[in-house]
Amino acid sequence: MQYLPNILFAIILIVGIGFFVRNIRKIIRNIKLGKDIDRTDNKSERWRNMANIALGQSKMVRRPVSGILHIIVYLGFIIINIEVLEIIIDGLFGTHRVLSFLGGFYSFLIGSFEVLALLVLVSVIIFWIRRMIMRIPRFWNKEMKGFPKNDALYILYFEMVLMSLFLIMNAADIHFQELNAGNPVSQFLAPLFEGMSVTTVHLIERSAWWIHIVGVLIFLNYLYYSKHLHILLAFPNTFYANLETMGKFPNDKNVTKEVKLMMDPNVDPYAAPPEGEEDSVPEKFGASDVTDLNWVQLMNAYTCTECGRCTSVCPANLTGKELSPRNIMMKTRDRLEEVGKNIDKNGKFKDDNKQLLNDYITPEELWACTTCNACVEECPISIDPLSIIMEMRKYLVMEQSAAPQELNMMMTNIENNGAPWQYNQMDRLNWKDEE
Amino acid sequence: MNVPTMAEMMAQGKQPEILFWVGASGSYDDRAKKITRAFVKILHKANVDFAVLGTEESSTGDVAKRAGNEFLFQMQAMMNIEVLNGYEVKTIVTADPHSFNTFKNEYPELGGKYEVYHHTQFIKKLIDDGRLSIDDTVLKDRRVTYHDPCYLGRANGEYESPRDIIRKMGVNLLEMKRNKSTALCCGAGGAQMFKDAEKGDKEINVLRTEDALKTKPQIIATGCPYCNTMMTDGIKATNNEATVEVLDIAELIANSQNL
Repeated sequence: MQYLPNILFAIILIVGIGFFVRNIRKIIRNIKLGKDIDRTDNKSERWRNMANIALGQSKMVRRPVSGILHIIVYLGFIIINIEVLEIIIDGLFGTHRVLSFLGGFYSFLIGSFEVLALLVLVSVIIFWIRRMIMRIPRFWNKEMKGFPKNDALYILYFEMVLMSLFLIMNAADIHFQELNAGNPVSQFLAPLFEGMSVTTVHLIERSAWWIHIVGVLIFLNYLYYSKHLHILLAFPNTFYANLETMGKFPNDKNVTKEVKLMMDPNVDPYAAPPEGEEDSVPEKFGASDVTDLNWVQLMNAYTCTECGRCTSVCPANLTGKELSPRNIMMKTRDRLEEVGKNIDKNGKFKDDNKQLLNDYITPEELWACTTCNACVEECPISIDPLSIIMEMRKYLVMEQSAAPQELNMMMTNIENNGAPWQYNQMDRLNWKDEE
Repeated sequence: MNVPTMAEMMAQGKQPEILFWVGASGSYDDRAKKITRAFVKILHKANVDFAVLGTEESSTGDVAKRAGNEFLFQMQAMMNIEVLNGYEVKTIVTADPHSFNTFKNEYPELGGKYEVYHHTQFIKKLIDDGRLSIDDTVLKDRRVTYHDPCYLGRANGEYESPRDIIRKMGVNLLEMKRNKSTALCCGAGGAQMFKDAEKGDKEINVLRTEDALKTKPQIIATGCPYCNTMMTDGIKATNNEATVEVLDIAELIANSQNL
């Protein structure tokens, strides 16, 4: 009987981690549904970006208040998790504070965790106030209704509860309090338990300990269903991000091939296709569904934590248009999840008469973009909503000829007279004699 | 004005120092043509040996690409590259950030490798090399705010050359709240120039003009013919034509030097 808690703990731990691993595998499979793109060049620059942007949070502080608060929560999260290591050992082997043999260093560690836990608690409460009391506009855009709104709040509540439990656990640990070392915060909570019986306090301590670790495991498994995945994916996302100048939009290689053929006077237009290529389906231009996007774009979608910095700087969104770069990412993820579930159910993807275009993202959104790159510049973890918008525009124009009428006229003019307006190319130099 | 073409140059067996790429807007739009002429005056003043393509110039295809027509873009690019490489062009200067961007970033892969300057970068170089001097008395203490064109600023990281030039004119340079990497687009990019805006509650150019007006400027300076159009329209829409002028940096210099 005495090993019951250890066994129970081991089971909870295995189930918790097992589910987590299963979900991570699912995410990786879904991301791999994207097209191939080579982002393995310039390794040193990529590592540097990851170190600066993800690990170093360099882009977070573009907005100092939320940036600094975020860094506190981030550091707290990482450092306090060292304590989880001790909790796991204690849980499995029935020890109590197994690392306390470290003495002064242990006190120093736990003391830092306590201070950080308090700071995290305060920061998370400020986050909640910014969201719910100050109602900062980017948290209240159209797309932030229902689950996306609640998701953000659940995460904040989770963190508040976990941090409180950690402090209560320490405060109710009579032996730990008696040592009076490493308890800079919990010593002020300890008096709350004065007058209670030793058994009651011990029960509180044990409950806090168990709820805390079970809470951590639940939170770990909540990640997959929430926007909070960024705590993991920010790292690969910044590593595999586009390194080119933002103004450089990729040149479609298949188009280059065709254009070169067209411009080559030696090509016989009636020639049979080369051996082996007779039946090859011509590549689809642009993207109408998630599987037409590349895997980095799909990873972007899972990485997005819906902070809305992109949308808050988008000229189209600021002037009341449908387009919201954050929503482009959210819809891409929703569709990708749908495709993933379809595969789970049917073994392989079974046509569901739906696609990313129209069923999720409308042409109206796509045509409102000014390609100004403000969203790309703003994203704290190098997500590129613009590249998705451009792929989908390409599909609309090149596969469906579905550009707005005025743009079709503009393109016809370029074809006919080499300018977006209907002017004679022979008049190109008239300006020099007009003054 | 004296504007030699590459064809004329070639006939005389000469190779100019730079090709001035005028662009569609600079060639046909009445407002933008003034920018083109102002820049030519600067080139003359600094004795720059330049030429244009004239009737051999055609759309860079940039706007087709942003509209999603990759095919039309690459057709235009390949045709232009044939012409440019035929004339053995080494250096291109343009007053249009969109042409600048596509030449600099998207043409090289297609076989068009040139040294590309935005006109503000080239003017800065002329000043640094001592070929052009700036009079800082004519516009002295004038209140000037600078609007960053997206395809020069964010897209290519060029925030300082235009500002350096403006400062040299002795003006009072005022920054909008959203500037440099956080600058708001004028609303023309991504082929928006050629279509009506989607349904919304405001025009982007008006929002950006309001940003500028908050600095209480006498002049809104910019470095892009499309931004110029959008900001000029914004000034009209907000009834500020009488007090605020929208000028390209080339025009500012031409004015300040009485060119």
